[in-house]
Amino acid sequence: MTMNVPPPDAAGAAAHVEREAAIAAGDDIVGEAGPVVAGPHFDMAAERRQARRERRRLLLKRPGFIIGSLILLFWIVCAIGGDNITPNDPINEFDVSNLRPGSAGHLLGTDQLGRDVLSRLMAGARDVLIVAPIAATLSVVAGTTLGLLMGYFRGWVDEVISRIVEVLLSIPVVLMGLLIVATLGSSRLVVILTVAVLFTPIVTRTVRAAVLSEAQLDYVTSARLRGERSGFVMGREILPNLTPTILVEFTVRIGYAVFTVATLSFLGAGIQPPSPDWGLAISDSYQLIQSGQWWISIFPALAIASVVIATNLVADSIEAVMAA
Amino acid sequence: MTRYIVRRLALSVVTLFLLVSAVFLITNVFPSDPGRTIAGPFAPQATVDQINETLGTNDPKLDQYGRLLKSVVTFDYGDSYQLRQPVTDLLRPALGRSAKLVVFALVLTVPLAIVAGMYAARRRNSFADRAIVTLGVASSSIPEFVSGVILQYLIAVQLGWFEPLALAPRGSNLITQLRYLTLPALALVVVYFGYIARMTRAGTINALDADYTRTAVMKGLPTGRVMRRHVMRNALQPTVSVIGIQVGYLFSGIIGLERIFNYPGLGLLIFNAVRAKDFPLLSAAVIVVGIIYMLCTLIADLVIAWMNPRARLEAVR
Repeated sequence: MTMNVPPPDAAGAAAHVEREAAIAAGDDIVGEAGPVVAGPHFDMAAERRQARRERRRLLLKRPGFIIGSLILLFWIVCAIGGDNITPNDPINEFDVSNLRPGSAGHLLGTDQLGRDVLSRLMAGARDVLIVAPIAATLSVVAGTTLGLLMGYFRGWVDEVISRIVEVLLSIPVVLMGLLIVATLGSSRLVVILTVAVLFTPIVTRTVRAAVLSEAQLDYVTSARLRGERSGFVMGREILPNLTPTILVEFTVRIGYAVFTVATLSFLGAGIQPPSPDWGLAISDSYQLIQSGQWWISIFPALAIASVVIATNLVADSIEAVMAA
Repeated sequence: MTRYIVRRLALSVVTLFLLVSAVFLITNVFPSDPGRTIAGPFAPQATVDQINETLGTNDPKLDQYGRLLKSVVTFDYGDSYQLRQPVTDLLRPALGRSAKLVVFALVLTVPLAIVAGMYAARRRNSFADRAIVTLGVASSSIPEFVSGVILQYLIAVQLGWFEPLALAPRGSNLITQLRYLTLPALALVVVYFGYIARMTRAGTINALDADYTRTAVMKGLPTGRVMRRHVMRNALQPTVSVIGIQVGYLFSGIIGLERIFNYPGLGLLIFNAVRAKDFPLLSAAVIVVGIIYMLCTLIADLVIAWMNPRARLEAVR
């Protein structure tokens, strides 16, 4: 099933969308990044360092990367600091004046129970920023392993798993997440594992496609001819050449994980009260918007938006630099 | 072409079978007692047992699995535990309402996104191009309930231009219904515009750079003809494929949005069914969503095959 989707354009800005187009069309990805040039061994390490330095320099020149990183850094500081740096206790401090708009005492106002919205907003970063990256990491590890095995060995196992992956992909992630979390009960661990499991098929498909095109290249053939074991060929020969693909996939997955975790909390199937989680805060108070108490839900909404946008700006910059 | 359609349909049937099995697995992991759910916490155990007997929830799992498979064909999923009505009667209006919202959102998004994407592609690296690409990244990554809640506050509550809730009063005409649907549809535009625009841009750039386009220009065809006959036909393939996938997601993936705007479509139906552990309703809704998704990707594939004979040939393999 090969369709006419040539490699990403030079600017590489739309590269991941293109890749998704290629994948949606069932295409095998070619030309993501050339294989590491074979050369005398001592040269290679230096060359790689050089390439890394070059990439870092290019990254720092992209405004999207700078802005995205700064936003993420802010939320990471909030997540690490937690209630040590919030102006009030985000969970256990109840002001008698509840549902008040922002004032000198409470910059962003108070919620239904009289808790400080700003403190809850800052502390709420923790849930998202712990759960989403862990889930993304797990899915990338599992998906890479599966994709490597399937793409390298092919055969009927590959055929069967590919079919199953296709089915899993035909069920919307949020819907499936809602079902699973409702079945298993919601805890942080369940949410992490659910999101990881749901994202694994997507990563698997991307990595498998990349492995398929790598496996045809001469360096793989020569490694096999010199009698290397399959594990070595996959882990030491193919895997390093997949690094750009996997890195991009990882950053993109973090963005989608934030998206999914927030949606699950909003649907009551994620992190539970009294946690200051953002999705949960919107779920508890979105109906108050119509009676004018907007600050309780709009600030968490903006927070979610800022994290996903920042993650995507960073992912996009990394992708563009990797493709360049 | 016929051969291609047959192969593609057979694949869909297999996928559907696997989906139904997955749904059965998940709904049977729930520790549940439908008889108790229906009769309430104070009913005598004998009543509960009898209801379970009538519903067939005490039957061997294999029989229940067989029944679920059969109901996919007969479209009879029994009664909802919670609302005691045939599931199909609940599904049909919800499906209709979802379809209205999805079609409205698509009509707003697709032409706009395609025009923007092609414009950006023809003026690569210009300010307009950068703006479209950057906006696309930013907006398409926001969960739609987030864009929904922000729009609801800004446009409905602050400006008062549209209704904050999406369901028009009973018996109102289409125009009124669409007015009520505008905000949730706009929330979807925010999410999907960037995605489709970027896909179109990428496809168009590839087609513009292709040899056949250069040939067409060099042999002196007018620009309009080159764009229509040579560029668009090839450029829009990824776009079509993505729209197919997105429509499938739109029918169910917007549970959050339907909740914000209190719009009783398929998403809200599924949300309530999950909360009430109403398995007949839940299984039926998930299966319907799966079928819609498969139909949409199928149609998208057929359109692509129609646009590109090469895909037709190679996809059969």
